[in-house]
Amino acid sequence: MPAKIEIPSALQRFAGNNGAVEVPEGNVKQAMDNLIDQYADLKEHLFDDQGMIRSFVNIYLNDEDIRYEKNLDTEVKNGDVIQIVPSIAGG
Amino acid sequence: MSGSAVRKIPTAMGEIGDTLTGLIGNTPLLRLERIVPEGNLFAKAEWENPGGSTKDRPAWKIISAAERDGQLPPGKTILDATSGNTGIAYAMIGASRGYPVRLCMPASVSPARVKILQAFGAEMILTDPGLFSDGAIVKARELFSADPGRYFYADQYSNENNWKAHFETTGPEIYRQTRQSVRHFIATLGTSGTFMGVGRYLKAQDSSIQIVEVQPDSAFHGLEGMKHMESAMVPEFYDPEFADRKMAVRTEAAYAAVVALSKKEGLLVGISSGAALVAARQIAAEHPGECVVTVFPDNGLKYLSERFWSDNL
Repeated sequence: MPAKIEIPSALQRFAGNNGAVEVPEGNVKQAMDNLIDQYADLKEHLFDDQGMIRSFVNIYLNDEDIRYEKNLDTEVKNGDVIQIVPSIAGG
Repeated sequence: MSGSAVRKIPTAMGEIGDTLTGLIGNTPLLRLERIVPEGNLFAKAEWENPGGSTKDRPAWKIISAAERDGQLPPGKTILDATSGNTGIAYAMIGASRGYPVRLCMPASVSPARVKILQAFGAEMILTDPGLFSDGAIVKARELFSADPGRYFYADQYSNENNWKAHFETTGPEIYRQTRQSVRHFIATLGTSGTFMGVGRYLKAQDSSIQIVEVQPDSAFHGLEGMKHMESAMVPEFYDPEFADRKMAVRTEAAYAAVVALSKKEGLLVGISSGAALVAARQIAAEHPGECVVTVFPDNGLKYLSERFWSDNL
């Protein structure tokens, strides 16, 4: 089973209304690049003008925040689950 | 000392905070003269509340009303969903009055907030971060339904005492502090309590005062504490027709405003304050000579681990 990136509901309409997108093994950076290759409309929501992940976007690999792992270099294996989580909202 | 009741030491009641909840409200109104040299832009320094945010006002109104009408007898647990500041207010007030506090919040909540809540002894139930605060709301409803006798479900998103707290305190303070000269009021939307409460109070004094709401520019945003109403569970008391004007702020613009406030005004504020400034600054520029007021909901200490700060320190 390939790795998958779960798409937050706010972004699913830019990803063909999919709740999850499969990506090949590699690292988190390659997985995100692969996601953008599949759905280019996601790019402006996830990356800033310099091509960096927008500063409020948190990425979790198997429920672990990649900032506390090897960040974008964190290894992605088949079966892994990547979550894209913006900061929380409301009260 | 005998075993009889301890005699209270007399204090100058009303002059100093005799009780914790007596410290809530009456926050300063700051003129942001270095950001807007025209001098017509003011912000309520809501971090001056004892729990560090404007949420002390609705939390105290919700809890004190529930105590009065019997919904919150001793021994019940205060339950609600929160992304942080309201939870801190419940936890602080609950600790001071002997109520256990249980809070549902997204697992992505910042470590600083978790530590503050732990310090006050609150219990946290972390929910799916992908569902944002809506996931926490659903969880709180589930817990309440499963054991309604155990909890007082404060329900800040539906409880009328949320906006009424601002109608009774924040609104009158702004009107008094500006000597009735306020012409424009700008509020960011979270539960919409500040917006609806202050807005209704000011409109009741002078219906020509302009009330402006501020939301994130998209469903996918990093404006912690704010809600994009179109894509979120809408608070029951929010009236989408109430605002005279609606404005949208991009996350990065709010971050830049937070940095500007710290470097230019010496004010270290939270992210929603940055969003408030982006909108209020524009209104102040469009209406020179007219008094423009916004609310800065909390200070920036809880957000120093955010990545935008590491680019600007």
